[in-house]
Amino acid sequence: MFITPLLFTILVALISGIYSKSVELTFELPDSAVECFYQEIDQNTSATLEYQVITGGQYDVDVKIEGPNKQILYQQQKMQYDSHKFIAQQTGVYKACFSNEFSTFSHKLVYMEFNVGPEQPLPGIGEHATVLTQLETSAEEIHSALNKIIDQQTHHRLREAQGRKRAEDLNERVFWWSMGETLAIMCVALAQVMVLKNFFSDRPSLYNMK
Amino acid sequence: MILFNFASLVSFLLVLDVTTALYFHIAEGERKCFIEEIPDDTTVIVNYKVELYDPRSGGFMPSSPGIGMHVEVRDPNDRIVLSRVYSSEGMISFTSATPGEHVICMYSNSTSWFSGSQLRVHLDIQVGEHAVDYANVAQKDKLTELQLRIRQLLDQVHQITKEQSYQRHREERFRQTSESTNQRVLWWSLLQTGVLIGIGYWQMRHLKSFFEAKKLV
Repeated sequence: MFITPLLFTILVALISGIYSKSVELTFELPDSAVECFYQEIDQNTSATLEYQVITGGQYDVDVKIEGPNKQILYQQQKMQYDSHKFIAQQTGVYKACFSNEFSTFSHKLVYMEFNVGPEQPLPGIGEHATVLTQLETSAEEIHSALNKIIDQQTHHRLREAQGRKRAEDLNERVFWWSMGETLAIMCVALAQVMVLKNFFSDRPSLYNMK
Repeated sequence: MILFNFASLVSFLLVLDVTTALYFHIAEGERKCFIEEIPDDTTVIVNYKVELYDPRSGGFMPSSPGIGMHVEVRDPNDRIVLSRVYSSEGMISFTSATPGEHVICMYSNSTSWFSGSQLRVHLDIQVGEHAVDYANVAQKDKLTELQLRIRQLLDQVHQITKEQSYQRHREERFRQTSESTNQRVLWWSLLQTGVLIGIGYWQMRHLKSFFEAKKLV
């Protein structure tokens, strides 16, 4: 009674090892730092790395994917966003590195998605032998369409976040800059008058008296 | 959300085998944070496993009982949702109450003998519909394949709807920021013109009276 679900889940766990591993992470990348992520990929499995810089500096980052033998599969410098799909030539640990080494003071926020292998099928659906009914095929189609919508939404969400963060930055900057400039104008005006008065006064200034 | 009771949470530990997940290295005591921007009422499941670097074999020990991970989750208002010390392997799940950026931070509860050592952290974060364990749902509710597929479709649609309403909320914030910038630029340029005219006038008058007093003009 208690054992059956347990066995079932263990079985599923074993099966799920073959299928998709998809991780979405948004992390902070401090200035002149390198952040690496590792993922074990089986031979002939396709993998996709998608990334985008959400905020910080010029919104760019250096990205590198290395295979198990240190061969470089993908390398880009100062990219804002991209996606790269590759098929693992051999089983092993693949490494994806994000580097902010070129930047000495801007700290960045980077989103990345590492997708490995095909999507994990629903339990029971993968293994049945009969032809799918029309309803099932439609359901399948709707599912993949919804997946596309979710992907698109994520993409849109990130672009929006980028725009929003930039607008917030701009708002802040406008505020401080205007404050600063108003102050500067007043100081300059006062200083101008002082200096001019000093030029024309016959008696020595306080500074020259001693 | 009531559908996923404790039993289904327990089975996650078995279903999601973390050792095949993505991993990264951190130094002991180092803090590592991840940000999840999610709508409200969304479940996030974090699975992790920590392995300690073993200097003798040059590899990573598959299990390190002495190591615990401190996990902290903060909501967009910077309130702590969850802050606890977990063992070297575990699963954390929380459901968001407010939409926005949730920050998940992890760091090891460093002990002096290990300090400076490297840790390997396997991490898997699943959000919303991805966090649902359909094997368990099918089992529990006795659903046929088609019913299960429809359940998944429904979950996805819910997720999309939630995301969309959150999107509207964020768009509103974005627009407010832009409008505020616009207002500030407008008022400041007017103010600055006023300040310039005022100061110019004051300078002229002040200097004029000064020169007259000095009998320079």
